[in-house]
Amino acid sequence: MADSQMTPELMKEIYYYMALSRAVDDRMWILNRQGKAPVVYSSNGHEAAQVGSAFALNRGEDWIAPYYRDLALVLAWGMTPREVMLHVLARADDPNSGGRQMPAHWGSRRLHILSGGSVVATQNAHAAGLALASKMLKDGRVAVAYFGEGSTSQGEFHEALNFAAVWKLPVIFFNENNGYAISVPQRKQMAITDVAARAQGYGIPGVIVDGNDPIKVWEVTRAAAERARRGEGPTLIEAKTYRFVPHSSDDDDRAYRSREEVMEWKKRDPLITFEQRLEAEGILSAEEKARMQQQIKDAVNDATDYAEKAALPDPATLERYVYAE
Amino acid sequence: MTYLEAIRAGLRQEMQLDPRIVIWGEDVGVRGGVFRVTEGLQQEFGEDRVIDSPLAEGAIVGVAIGAAIGGLRPIPEIQFGDFIFPAMNQIVEEAARMRYRSNNDFHVPLVIRAPIGGGIHGALYHSQSVEAFFAHVPGVKVAVPGTPYDAKGLLAAAIADEDPVLFFEHKAAYRSLRGEVPEERYLIPLGQAEVKREGKDLSIITYSLMVNYALRAAETLQQEGISVEVLDLRTVRPLDQARILETAKKTGKVLIVHEDNRTGGIGAEVSAILAEEALFYLDAPIRRLCGPDVPAMPYSPPLEHAFMITPEKIAQAARELARF
Ligand SMILES: Cc1ncc(C[n+]2csc(CCOP(=O)(O)OP(=O)(O)O)c2C)c(N)n1
Ligand SMILES: [Mg+2]
Repeated sequence: MADSQMTPELMKEIYYYMALSRAVDDRMWILNRQGKAPVVYSSNGHEAAQVGSAFALNRGEDWIAPYYRDLALVLAWGMTPREVMLHVLARADDPNSGGRQMPAHWGSRRLHILSGGSVVATQNAHAAGLALASKMLKDGRVAVAYFGEGSTSQGEFHEALNFAAVWKLPVIFFNENNGYAISVPQRKQMAITDVAARAQGYGIPGVIVDGNDPIKVWEVTRAAAERARRGEGPTLIEAKTYRFVPHSSDDDDRAYRSREEVMEWKKRDPLITFEQRLEAEGILSAEEKARMQQQIKDAVNDATDYAEKAALPDPATLERYVYAE
Repeated sequence: MTYLEAIRAGLRQEMQLDPRIVIWGEDVGVRGGVFRVTEGLQQEFGEDRVIDSPLAEGAIVGVAIGAAIGGLRPIPEIQFGDFIFPAMNQIVEEAARMRYRSNNDFHVPLVIRAPIGGGIHGALYHSQSVEAFFAHVPGVKVAVPGTPYDAKGLLAAAIADEDPVLFFEHKAAYRSLRGEVPEERYLIPLGQAEVKREGKDLSIITYSLMVNYALRAAETLQQEGISVEVLDLRTVRPLDQARILETAKKTGKVLIVHEDNRTGGIGAEVSAILAEEALFYLDAPIRRLCGPDVPAMPYSPPLEHAFMITPEKIAQAARELARF
């Protein structure tokens, strides 16, 4: 069960996963530059939104339907760094897809992470469907769809919200609003300032939260999950955040946003500000922080070595699993 | 110039000539498209004619249909062919059926550009060949250029066409294919295949990037004493039935090659045409070399390689056919 009180211990755990994600992320970019990982999608900058929300749910028990931005989310949800690296390097043992999908296309039945493709916004309807199943089977689960603000222009996003609202489904629509859809700034995507305002049109609550503050994200996600479990229906959460790196390793963000803008947001880097807060409040001691950093470094090195040594998929498996075997 | 530059030059030339042409799509403006095909066009023609649109393919095409009927010549871009399906409804139910359902009262002069094809680590959702879905639909035309020269000429013809045209660009061809492309405007009529290489022992019928691969295979086989003719379909709807039959009758052996998966692909239609019209001219069974029947191209290099058609695989299939 998700904890109902925010405690120093929990805060440290949240910090750990945020820092772990950033370290795994940084390593992915290095592997990309080394030519070992052709494509990288990053959660760099989104960690507070992702980890804060994960800890408000029953991790590994509720359903999540993530998108390609959600590395920190799946780590917090229970995927190990080794599993992530097997995916990044497209190895046969990649639990997400056996090396079939592009990196950052998560999915694990064991962890209740719905497999996702690249076509944006489709997962919102799936989350509504998972929630319908939970409602009818009375298993008490909440389903959470994660998505970028750009994808809320898709019809399927709106259709899913409407279904979920009318059927009062135990689902949370969790938007990670980083202000850009690749190069397109929010003002060219929608004529409103808050994605949360879209909720009104469907008769459900729309909540705005500082996506760089994991504790605030934890609070609003908890409230939405409780509401869902009480049978009161869906909530749209908009976590305002920023991605610090290009859209993917194929992108160059200098073409569409100023370095000043990026630097301005970096002053509010969720990892650094949360770390400072934990230190200032005496929650994280210097020794503990050093120990965690070592632990993370070891985990990332171990995961990278492990995945690099792991076998690639056998080409003979190309035509397997098109249908039941 | 490259295949990509040819398309960009074509767009530019047409936009200079016709102020009704408007481009929109995801990232096409400031960024010049994720592949940079529309790079520089917004600077030259302004934000009103090259527009960064919201992320919604259904509306990207649906709005283009309305705009085309209203008097513009829209050329919307779908960022990847793989993401054209949210617009399937608008393309198939609306654009394709508009002229017919209105008894010729309305029509939709629209060109939808999208990159197709794999071999660039694009995985399941950035590698698909989607042309066969649309080739099945009466009311649209489908261009699949295989050279820079054809890309520019077919694009001009597509824009001039009074009916909706899907213009599918192979993303692995963008920067890898180079060729002579005239500065001046020229049109390659939609529905005319072209013999890209003359030969007498067998014919390879293909389109898009595979034209280049087939030519490379033909070169290899030449050294082995096998003379291969390569027919580039250039559009898969309409299909150039006359030239398909001509080459088959000439060589008596046909290998059809496409990256798209086999079942229900363009090869099936070409085979049916040959079976109906040229059966007694054939000296060997028709052969197809196609992408495997799996839902989409996997990412991991060994799997991607196993999926992709290569010049070597084409040469091997042609060699076997020649020996028949
Ligand atoms: C239907 C569809 N169209 C286009 C794309 C290509 N694409 C991938 S991500 C993206 C931008 C998404 O922006 P946003 O939803 O804000 O998410 P972010 O990457 O900013 O987290 C686009 C256009 C896609 N994946 N799916
Ligand atoms: Mg975004």
